[in-house]
Amino acid sequence: LDIRNTVGNIPMEWYKDFPHIGYNLDGKKIYKPIRNKDELDDFLDKMENPEYWRTVHDKQTGSDVVLSDDQVELVNRLQRGQFGDVNFNECEPMVEFFSSDVMIHPVTNRPADKRSFIPSLTEKEKVSKLVHAIKMGWIKPRRVEDDGRGRYYNLWASEDSSILARHKMHLPAPKIPLPGHHESYNPPPEYLFTDEERALWEQQDPADRKLPFVPRKYSSLRQVPAFSQFIHERFERCLDLYLCPRQRKMRVNVNPEDLIPQLPKPKDLQPFPTTRSLVYRGHSGLVRSISVSPSGQWLASGSDDGSVRFWEVCSSRCMKTVQVGGAVKSVAWNPNPSVCLLAVALDSVVLILSPSLADKQVILSSERLLSAQQEGEEPAEGNGSVVWSEAEGEELNQGLRLKIQHPKAVHQVVWHAKGDYLASVMPDNTSHLQVYIHQLSRRRSQNPFSRNKGLVQCISFHPIRPYFFVATQRSIRIYNLVKQEMTKKLQTNSKWISSMAVHPGGDHVICGSYDCKLSWFDLDLSTKPYKMLRHHKKAVRGVAYHRLYPLFASASDDGSVIVCHGTVYNDLLQNPLIVPVKVLRGHVMTHDLGVLDVTFHPTQPWVFSSGADATICLFT
Amino acid sequence: MGGLQKKKFERGSATNYITRNRARKKLQLSLPDFRRLCILKGIYPHEPKHKKKVNKGSTAPRTFYLLKDIRFLLHEPIVGKFREYKIFVRKLKKAYGKTEWSAVERLRENKPTYKLDHIIKERYPTFIDALRDIDDALCMCFLFSTFARTGKCHVQTIQLCRRLTVEWMNYVIASRSLRKVFLSIKGIYYQAEVMGQLITWVVPYQFSHDHPVDVDYRVMATFTELYTTLLGFVSFRLYSSLNLVYPPKLDSNGESEPKEESEDDYAMNSESYLEKLSALSASLARVVSSADEEEAQLDQFPSEGEDMEKMEAREKELKQQEAQKKLFEGLKFYLNREVPRESLAFVIRCFGGQVSWDKSVCIGSTYDVTDETITHQIIDRPSVGKQYINRYYIQPQWLYDCVNAKILLPVEDYFLGVTLPPHLSPFVEEKEGDYVPPEKLKMMALQRGEKPGNEQEEDEEEEEEEGEQEEEQEEDDNGDEEDDEEEVAEEKNLKKMEEQRSQGKSLHVKVTPGKLKVENKARLEQEEKAEEKRLAIMMMKKKEKYLYDKIMFGKKRKVREANKLAAKRKAHDDSEKAKKKKARK
Repeated sequence: LDIRNTVGNIPMEWYKDFPHIGYNLDGKKIYKPIRNKDELDDFLDKMENPEYWRTVHDKQTGSDVVLSDDQVELVNRLQRGQFGDVNFNECEPMVEFFSSDVMIHPVTNRPADKRSFIPSLTEKEKVSKLVHAIKMGWIKPRRVEDDGRGRYYNLWASEDSSILARHKMHLPAPKIPLPGHHESYNPPPEYLFTDEERALWEQQDPADRKLPFVPRKYSSLRQVPAFSQFIHERFERCLDLYLCPRQRKMRVNVNPEDLIPQLPKPKDLQPFPTTRSLVYRGHSGLVRSISVSPSGQWLASGSDDGSVRFWEVCSSRCMKTVQVGGAVKSVAWNPNPSVCLLAVALDSVVLILSPSLADKQVILSSERLLSAQQEGEEPAEGNGSVVWSEAEGEELNQGLRLKIQHPKAVHQVVWHAKGDYLASVMPDNTSHLQVYIHQLSRRRSQNPFSRNKGLVQCISFHPIRPYFFVATQRSIRIYNLVKQEMTKKLQTNSKWISSMAVHPGGDHVICGSYDCKLSWFDLDLSTKPYKMLRHHKKAVRGVAYHRLYPLFASASDDGSVIVCHGTVYNDLLQNPLIVPVKVLRGHVMTHDLGVLDVTFHPTQPWVFSSGADATICLFT
Repeated sequence: MGGLQKKKFERGSATNYITRNRARKKLQLSLPDFRRLCILKGIYPHEPKHKKKVNKGSTAPRTFYLLKDIRFLLHEPIVGKFREYKIFVRKLKKAYGKTEWSAVERLRENKPTYKLDHIIKERYPTFIDALRDIDDALCMCFLFSTFARTGKCHVQTIQLCRRLTVEWMNYVIASRSLRKVFLSIKGIYYQAEVMGQLITWVVPYQFSHDHPVDVDYRVMATFTELYTTLLGFVSFRLYSSLNLVYPPKLDSNGESEPKEESEDDYAMNSESYLEKLSALSASLARVVSSADEEEAQLDQFPSEGEDMEKMEAREKELKQQEAQKKLFEGLKFYLNREVPRESLAFVIRCFGGQVSWDKSVCIGSTYDVTDETITHQIIDRPSVGKQYINRYYIQPQWLYDCVNAKILLPVEDYFLGVTLPPHLSPFVEEKEGDYVPPEKLKMMALQRGEKPGNEQEEDEEEEEEEGEQEEEQEEDDNGDEEDDEEEVAEEKNLKKMEEQRSQGKSLHVKVTPGKLKVENKARLEQEEKAEEKRLAIMMMKKKEKYLYDKIMFGKKRKVREANKLAAKRKAHDDSEKAKKKKARK
């Protein structure tokens, strides 16, 4: 029975799902032999059948074949790497077909080619190409490798200074800073980081760190590990050397003491107030304004609690309290020593008080001044917006004499040096009705300006000449009252003017501003400040000149009063000498407000200051 | 009237500078080539004074080179070499593409190379200029010589760097010019004084590097190329200045001849020469064999007054230096295998000591452990098995500290297993007002020749003094506040009284004996002066004030830092003391 399979050498698992495993020569299916052997049968077979080891499963027929002895021998030989045929001799003697012996007869009978007699043309072409290349220098002989031993020689054998190094812009790179104790492998304990410092170091951006590494301590040299950033640091240095733009930075090498200006010693500039000697208590609200009588004996103060108080300067005793019924914005004592009158500004009223704190003579003369108009003609009704009226009844007993009703809230009131005129400010950005000048003896009021030039902050009369100073938000205008024209406009270079004072000589003005500056103007010199003083930390609220001594003071929200010496020379070429001499502190900060007003004693080198803590201080 | 209108940016600083891109275009170079050229020629960007003017009104961040620098580059022969190299690479690629191996071989044989000699001469017209700039070169070469010979850069470069660094170290040994050594956490800093120039370099510890990925090794390699050339020429010149043979040869008639037989097992013939040289144990051959060196005697010049003092100071310094050079002379060291051999051998030989190590550690050992004449054995392990009785067993830090202190320090602090005293940086020179660690004070006392017995007390006293000073300062600061406080208190009293008055209570009238207020005159004067100063500061101009504030801020910060360090030290010492006390109990 020939059961040769005709499927050829194919993977037999293709037939795995079929009942047959191929086809015989006739094209009939060869069916798989029935195999019902399981693992157990296989095992038993292995144990019992002595032929088992030479039994091979034929995949093509699906039957088991027992190998014969010859076949087993063949397998063994192949496995050992020997020839399959037992009779094959692998060590037969060699037959030399092509030997070194010259044969007398040629192997072939063919005559030799012509090209074996003549030189090759292609070779000639190739050689000539090479020759040409060598001639042209395209092909170079092999370079002799120098071993580097003789590479170095005395490069600087002829050091002639004629070779200039580089142009003058050359900046040599700075050397790497040398390491400090921090970098030691075993630093002193104070150089090691504490936990907080370490945490901070880790939090910081690498660019902000003071040290680029964390100091470490190792107990012995063998424990020191490699520094992981070493290559990195070298690389950074390389980058710095060729990429980093260089610039020559001049290091300022000055002794800081040399920078401090040499000023005359404050000791030599005495007298000036140095200590707080008296405190005037009694007000319950912030004291906005104070004023000293021309004799220097009395001090008037106006407060937000709606009262005006009169104090005796030397004893700090409150002589009189006048309830005016409203927050007092400004008080001003008549500078004329022959009358005793006080102007008070509150809400939209200016009150004229006669405190009767003087000689009978003086009181009489002031009464006369007030009543001069009544005896004369009726008040002119030219200015309808301002109404003059007399005080009556209870108010009269308190000392109130006149009421000047304004159309808007009055912020400041000032007297002319002669004592007959007084001016009041009603800050309003929108109208030209901001300043009124009143004449007391004739009970007349007039508005000197017909146009609005900005928010008026404060005003002042010139002490000698008929000039009028008006400070708007950023500048000071000086008007000639006789010619009725503007003569000068001072630029203060500050954002918002708060106060202004005119030197008793009349040629200098100081002006404080809310942006902490104090500017000193020399009217003969320029319309720009001669000096800007930035002494205060907070807004300047008030400034004042002393009438006799070369002193001026500024009060600020930082609770300090700074007294400066300011000598003015008659010589036009000599600039005023300004020296700060004393910082006076005595007020307590309340609601972010410190000192609100400052004024000098008319004859003594004393300064008064009123604060937001409802007190008035006298510094002597 | 008339005349052409002046155009902006056609004169002045705008014409003196050129941006990088424009410079590159002008030179017709690719960016890497431009970079290399800048590195080799030492061209760097300049920061113009008015950047906006130079930048033609724009504020874009740009780097500017000086136009003169770029013009100077135009005539550089190396630029031509760069182009040749570019062509070479192109040809090679082509040959590879066509698989013409003979052409590849031929091209490779004729690979274009360039020399940097003329650039070195141009950048450093005098030898001193070159010496001044050699710090970076040394650092770089020492780093490259520690690289593994795989990847990253050419093996030849590494070998060359190693050779040059060994030559440098040998020169420093021969000239005895090492001055300071510092073991930092980064590596070992050395400072040598060569021809009057202080040269500092840092050597990393002997570990394999883990190469960072964000480092451009091409840039480093270009720098190394320049630096090796520079270092080679400098070494040649230095060797010839000492009458030494260059390239260095070992002195053949010296008594410290390494044994012949061990050479063969150690290294190949070609390498053993460099290895022997790098062992640093043998002296070098001289051109003119003159054993006795002429000591440069400082001549006496007739001088007066200040010059005299200066001269004396100089003489003293010279003497000290001479003494330092012979610091380890007559001492015989033996290095255990766990200490850094090269660094220690270098330091010891620089100061005239004799040194040896175990035969298996390195070539060039001259004597054995068993040698009875050994005076110091450097050891860095907690304990040792067999101890010889006639030698000190000390930790390596002793050597370095001795070098920095310029005297032989007492060995007790550095014995085997002892907690080492802190290692201080010799590069820090404390000015007045700076913080000085107590160890430094101790060392300075030793240098002055004082006995180390009573120094602790001194330290304490000094510390106390410092404390007092601080307190005083604080008091000064508080002075004004106190006054204010007094006033406040007074006011309070007044207020109380007033309140009582207003309530209608009768006051407790009582007369108490007044206390005499003692006025401290000195203090008053001081206060007055302080106030005067404060007032004067108020009158400073804005610009000067700014400068003054800046200076004072810096000064204050310095003081603060010094105080902080002192406080930290004090806290540490206190805690140590407390621990000791506890331990005693």
